[in-house]
Amino acid sequence: MSLLEVKDLHVKVGDKEILRGVDLAVKKGEVHVVMGPNASGKTTLIMTLLGYPGYRITQGEIVFNGVNFNEKPIHERVASGLFIAFQTPPEIRGVKLRDLIRIAGGRDPWDPLEGKKETIATPLLEKVGLDPATFFSRDVNVGFSGGEKKRSELAQIFAARPKLMVLDEPDSGVDIDSLKTLGLDLGDYIRENNCAALVITHYRHILPYIRPDKASVMCHGRVIVTGDPYEIFSKIEEKGYCEYLGVCPPDMKSLVEREKTYEQDSQVEKGTG
Amino acid sequence: MSKIPKWKRELAKLAREAKDKPAKLGPDIDIQEFESSTPGQEVLSNLTELPEEVQKSAETVGISPQERERSGSFFQYDQSVILACAHKETPEVEVCSTSEALKKYDWLRDYWWKVVPVDMDKYTAFAETNQHHGYFIRSKPGARSIFPVQACLFMGTQRSIQCPHNIIIAEENSELHIITGCTTHPSTNSGLHIGVSEFYIKEGATLTFTMIHRWGRDFEVRPRTGAMIEKGGTFLSTYICFKPAKTLQMYPVAHCVGEKSTARFHTLLHGMDDSLLDVGSRAILKAKGSRAEITARAIGEGSSRIIARGHLVGEMPETKAHLDCRGLLLSEKAVIHAIPELEGRVEGTDLSHEATVGKIEEEQLYYLMSRGLNEEEATGLIIKGFLDPEVPGLPERLRMEIKKAVQLTTEKAL
Ligand SMILES: Nc1ncnc2c1ncn2[C@@H]1O[C@H](COP(=O)(O)OP(=O)(O)OP(=O)(O)O)[C@@H](O)[C@H]1O
Ligand SMILES: [Mg+2]
Repeated sequence: MSLLEVKDLHVKVGDKEILRGVDLAVKKGEVHVVMGPNASGKTTLIMTLLGYPGYRITQGEIVFNGVNFNEKPIHERVASGLFIAFQTPPEIRGVKLRDLIRIAGGRDPWDPLEGKKETIATPLLEKVGLDPATFFSRDVNVGFSGGEKKRSELAQIFAARPKLMVLDEPDSGVDIDSLKTLGLDLGDYIRENNCAALVITHYRHILPYIRPDKASVMCHGRVIVTGDPYEIFSKIEEKGYCEYLGVCPPDMKSLVEREKTYEQDSQVEKGTG
Repeated sequence: MSKIPKWKRELAKLAREAKDKPAKLGPDIDIQEFESSTPGQEVLSNLTELPEEVQKSAETVGISPQERERSGSFFQYDQSVILACAHKETPEVEVCSTSEALKKYDWLRDYWWKVVPVDMDKYTAFAETNQHHGYFIRSKPGARSIFPVQACLFMGTQRSIQCPHNIIIAEENSELHIITGCTTHPSTNSGLHIGVSEFYIKEGATLTFTMIHRWGRDFEVRPRTGAMIEKGGTFLSTYICFKPAKTLQMYPVAHCVGEKSTARFHTLLHGMDDSLLDVGSRAILKAKGSRAEITARAIGEGSSRIIARGHLVGEMPETKAHLDCRGLLLSEKAVIHAIPELEGRVEGTDLSHEATVGKIEEEQLYYLMSRGLNEEEATGLIIKGFLDPEVPGLPERLRMEIKKAVQLTTEKAL
């Protein structure tokens, strides 16, 4: 049984249908990469998984660990083991990063009145390479650089110990050296905890660290293809999304035709693999 | 009969003339409607002798009945002073009632109604003709007290008036910290509080004043406050009102009269039910190099109305001041009205402000929920953050008291 199953998911934001029948499955412990051109609906899919208001499911379902998630409030989804690292997390003045890390880990915010040393957030900050001395009491995301935001999200995942972590572009805006440390931390964590991961990325650099089992490509609100991540990456890199998906400029007719062939192809792949 | 000195008689005359003068702001109150006298209270040697419920109430406004980490205590119950003393270990701080101090120090006349006009309105006028003690706190020149002096103005008689006149003096190069709590007996829910406070910060001195108010639903509150800050002096006032009154109106004024003097006001307001809070801070920069900073955070719940005012006046060049006012609306019916005013009177004064009023940003709320909090918990965390007492220059002990008060209000609010 899959840990996460997304079946024929249609989602509207306002009056606009953005997801138009997404099918996607992630097994326990599986590392699954999602790619796709800008505006293809990747972030929308993630926000819908989380239950973010404004993302209205009009058809289809999300099943997590055997439970239908369609109507579940956000915090209950999180409590059942889903954790999402945002592409662009918001700034929250007055809320300290150390407190948020503790909350993600199911603890109370740190109360300095009690005087004890903080032992939950501190090691995690160290682990993701954020100096506890300065980041300990900084307001969440306020004035954080792009890379620092990614690390802060990572520290919160590590604290939460989810069954499935969903990362929205953990590698964008991160410099090469940082990508290495971030990738190593992430990879180690995934393997040590046998944690399933759904990782959205535009680049191949992170692949060696997270060692994905599968990749899916999204386009115009659907998953067009699912298969071997390295093969798919090579093709995309060689041809670009336009030629690979045959949808540039968006042309619904050719899209549907191509979809069929890809479906057949992946059927064949699945059959042989 | 003791002879009333001439200066007092002159003040009494001014007060009589202003006895019907309405205040510029806030709903008018008929003082006659309130009980002018209250039962007397016994003098205590120790605050732990107070009835338990009184101690409990006092604790919610930052008062430590055990006097832990305090360099002195003052406690006024209705119109009686029941305790006033500085600790033996801190002889450089003086604590007594102003009525005592008036008898003891002839020079106190130089501080009496010198920074708040006696004829400002009917409330100040009443305070002169019907003064009910108040505290006198003074740090001697060069004194450095680490622990704050605590002062509690407690009201325990239904529909009564409490009208203290406080004088606070930080002498040259001294450092003085004060925490004042004003609150009521749990069974008292109406009354009139008129508190006059005059602050004098001498050359090179630093005074921090933290005041926490928790009132009952039918209280009328009219504090009247002024501060005079001399050369190089710093006045840091933190005002917190988390359990509001029926109506509260105050507009403390800091006069930066000395070069390089600094005034800072931090105000945290929590409007509930149908209360009206009309609270402002005003800083007048009268000397070169003087600075002021006003920050206000207001939370509106129920059908409360909060008017958050701020007024910066630059009267000299090389002065600089900033006003920052933020309001958070937690209910459909609450109203927060921010009125920032900047008044530059010379070239070379630099005044600025920012003000925002709105509800909790959904993006922040959902983000916190995505970390496992339910909606209420997430809202509470945002409020707590909004009210975070990041007040530079405030001793840790006082920061903790504010934090405790914030904790109390966010827990109550949800
Ligand atoms: N709240 C919204 N209101 C209107 N349109 C929206 C909203 N959220 C998403 N969209 C639209 O839905 C489409 C998909 O957006 P989404 O953010 O899911 O893309 P993405 O695949 O994550 O892109 P990227 O790679 O650039 O991050 C876009 O055209 C976007 O403008
Ligand atoms: Mg995206």
